[in-house]
Amino acid sequence: MRYIEPHAHMVSRTTADYQAIAQVGCEALCEPAFWAGFDRASPQGFYDYYRQLTEYEPARAAKFGIKHFCWLCINPKEAEDPVFAREVMAMIPEFIEKPTVLGIGEIGLNKNTKNELAIFEEHVEIAKKYDQAILIHTPHLEDKLKGTRLILDALNNANVDRSRVIIDHVEEHTAPLVLDQGYWAGMTLYPESKCSPARAIDILETFGMENIWMNSACDWGISDPLAVIKTALEMKKRQHSPEIIDKVIFENPKKFLSQCPNFKL
Amino acid sequence: MPTKKEIQDLYFMDARFKLLEIASFLDRVDRHEGEADFRHPAFAKALAAMQNPPEGTTRAQAVHLAFSDHSTEPAETAGIQFAFGAHKEEVES
Repeated sequence: MRYIEPHAHMVSRTTADYQAIAQVGCEALCEPAFWAGFDRASPQGFYDYYRQLTEYEPARAAKFGIKHFCWLCINPKEAEDPVFAREVMAMIPEFIEKPTVLGIGEIGLNKNTKNELAIFEEHVEIAKKYDQAILIHTPHLEDKLKGTRLILDALNNANVDRSRVIIDHVEEHTAPLVLDQGYWAGMTLYPESKCSPARAIDILETFGMENIWMNSACDWGISDPLAVIKTALEMKKRQHSPEIIDKVIFENPKKFLSQCPNFKL
Repeated sequence: MPTKKEIQDLYFMDARFKLLEIASFLDRVDRHEGEADFRHPAFAKALAAMQNPPEGTTRAQAVHLAFSDHSTEPAETAGIQFAFGAHKEEVES
């Protein structure tokens, strides 16, 4: 079964994970810039991280026939210090021309603060200035509903092209808010928080198969790099046709990502 | 699409298992010393919401909404960087 993993943090994963996802049909993988599990001590740490995303990981993935792409930003968890965040953001233009960069992401909110929101809005302006697509992280658990609403308000004020924005980590209560306003939605298959395979399929059956993708967001936490393909198998158990499964795990991400000039399978 | 019975065939045992996990979790909290924090009434509120979701809201949405922060203004500072799973002020108000 072919598929695209549209959101994975491979800097935290082993080479055996690349091998495993290649063996089950992963053709391309997208890695948003994110929090490393600890706060970096200096903006220079992000320079090395951006080099890892744009140079090292594409080469590591290529050994298994997987095309590796990335998104650049400072994640919302480290955006609470706006001086620090702006120093990091100043490096983005240097990397944005690299051949595997898809756009700005995963920007968004963590604890829904004023500083996080200000840095989010500045990232959106960078995306507009450089004509880039946007991938957005929504907050966890009890903060998700408020954060999603704040993000939608900010995007509406920024007058972005909604077809080039994907709002990730939606769940049952936020999926309709995102889709009804014309944005793309991402569902994250993650143990304990976010979506289980069964619930993700419920969301697809309830809100439709258009403008939505599924990802594992596998990272340094307890997470599963095979989550997308396991959910595809769950869709098969739920009697979804091979064509529908292919649409959700391959054609939909391909359609959104093909708006990024650097995305080529 | 599967019938109701086919959905039961697929998920009943798993849901039964998880329901017993919830019951045992609540028993465990009851049995142990000390005071439960704001998450305990939040959990009860979510269980009630699941059983009687508001009109136009699914059970899953009702559970999410019971645990969510419904304020609308950005916070001044982050305070903590993690999430508890239930919004404290919402439960106490």
